[in-house]
Amino acid sequence: MELYSLTLQEALQLLNAGEVTSVALTESVLARIDAIEPRVQAYLALDREGALRRAEDQDLRRKNGQGGSLCGIPLAVKDVLCTTSMPTTCGSRILEHFVAPYDATVISRLDQAGSVLLGKLAMDEFAMGSTSENCAFQTPHNPWKIGYVAGGSSGGSAAAVAADECFASLGSDTGGSIRQPASLCGTVGMKPTYGRVSRYGLVAFASSLDQVGPLTKDVRDCALMMNAISGHDPRDSTSLNLPVPDYTGALQEGLKGIRIGIPQEYFGAGLDSEVDQVVRQGIAMLKEAGATIVDVTLPHTEYCVAVYYLIAPAEASSNLARFDGVRYGYRDRTADTLGDLYNRSRSQGFGDEVKRRILIGTYALSAGYYDAYYRKASQVRTLIKEDFAKAFTTCDLMVSPVTPTPAWKIGEKADDPLALYLSDILTLSANLAGVPGMSVPCGFNRQGLPIGMQLQAAHFNEEVLLRAAFNLEQRAGVAGKKPVIA
Amino acid sequence: MAKLARLDLTATEVERMTGQLDAILSYAAKLDELDTSGVLIHRPDVVNAFRDDEVRDSLPRERALANAPEQNGESFVVPRIIG
Repeated sequence: MELYSLTLQEALQLLNAGEVTSVALTESVLARIDAIEPRVQAYLALDREGALRRAEDQDLRRKNGQGGSLCGIPLAVKDVLCTTSMPTTCGSRILEHFVAPYDATVISRLDQAGSVLLGKLAMDEFAMGSTSENCAFQTPHNPWKIGYVAGGSSGGSAAAVAADECFASLGSDTGGSIRQPASLCGTVGMKPTYGRVSRYGLVAFASSLDQVGPLTKDVRDCALMMNAISGHDPRDSTSLNLPVPDYTGALQEGLKGIRIGIPQEYFGAGLDSEVDQVVRQGIAMLKEAGATIVDVTLPHTEYCVAVYYLIAPAEASSNLARFDGVRYGYRDRTADTLGDLYNRSRSQGFGDEVKRRILIGTYALSAGYYDAYYRKASQVRTLIKEDFAKAFTTCDLMVSPVTPTPAWKIGEKADDPLALYLSDILTLSANLAGVPGMSVPCGFNRQGLPIGMQLQAAHFNEEVLLRAAFNLEQRAGVAGKKPVIA
Repeated sequence: MAKLARLDLTATEVERMTGQLDAILSYAAKLDELDTSGVLIHRPDVVNAFRDDEVRDSLPRERALANAPEQNGESFVVPRIIG
């Protein structure tokens, strides 16, 4: 068995037993990357020498009994997180050569835990998109079928984990951008509760929706990553000052006494029949593990799309105002006035999808419209949040599909409006309500493309998600299946 | 809108985008179906995340200037502001 194909937990065990070194792990992963990156295209930046040096350091630290919880484990992160050791482009030409002057808090935490940062992963530009085709530099491919999308906006993060090009990765999720690519690529992916993980150093898309989270090979690895990155950060005033449990703690418990809610609004027109079948089989497995299944309803689901597409672009237009060619990033050299400098730098540096959303957001916030658009949407958002709170009085977690279909060909757009609509509402609501959501591999379709199950729970109840996910994983028999990269 | 957003758009882009801004009208119309009188605006659970007004380290100047397209060792250099 190749070292690169181990899970994070397995690698840690071998490292702790002295049977393998971090250098060996890192060399194995780098060789794997060399072999398949021409096809997978997950990495925007790769720091070989830095990673090997770091691996050596961590081997020494482990020898001296100073190793952290992820000592010597090679990881990679979505290129939306600030790193001082290599560029942060956010998949955009406007930041093509930008090197952040500080590390994101989650990067510092992974660093303190002793991990080895391999590189930065491809994404839709400024996290806007759901296929990673909006990356200005390259489109990552789904390792299960080269030529098919890895999903987005954390496509590179999902592809790299699925292809064993890192032991785990970080992504970010504003409307589904961790969970959807995780589902399409057959990895575990978690969007934590809003405020569970620091956003300091995460280049902001929509500040009230964004969260950083892990993508991993299995559920235990996800718990290990959550242990490392979670917790209050005084530099992120939206992070909550709540203790972080040991997320690996409750994994082994069965699901007796756990009530699982099935939201009727998430199963319906537009859902591919194989996805429906695989997810329902997963629900049956959870029942086998001891859970009770109940029906629940989220009555304001039909308003999620309108709320999200008013709030997210509005916040994005504000957050992306800082990219103006003045202090960092691309600057147009022909401008004579500051105004022209702004306009030209931004127009040349941003891609079409980003410009589109900035315009929509600017419109939604412009004088005279704020009340009708952003404010109204924020009120309906409260109603959506209350739907979740009500549902969680009758169940401990909810399950549903993550995406209405498995992966599709790069370059093709879904043209079924029902499927498009469903793909939005399945994941948007968790960001609007702030609740944690997870995608767990559940099965495959006839073509061998992964299908994930989504689990959602009440605020700060990641533990029940991990517990249910672990029980599913034990029964579903898909963890450990690897794509053949053709 | 383009002026407000500090974006230069070509004529074709303007035409295309105008159509898409209509989408907002439809979203707003959808939300008008709901009576939200008395409903609080959503906000994060954290309230008043203050710290004491003490001076702390901040980003050193050279690091702040390190990515500048043009700088003079002290500030960012830009074209004149008034056209």
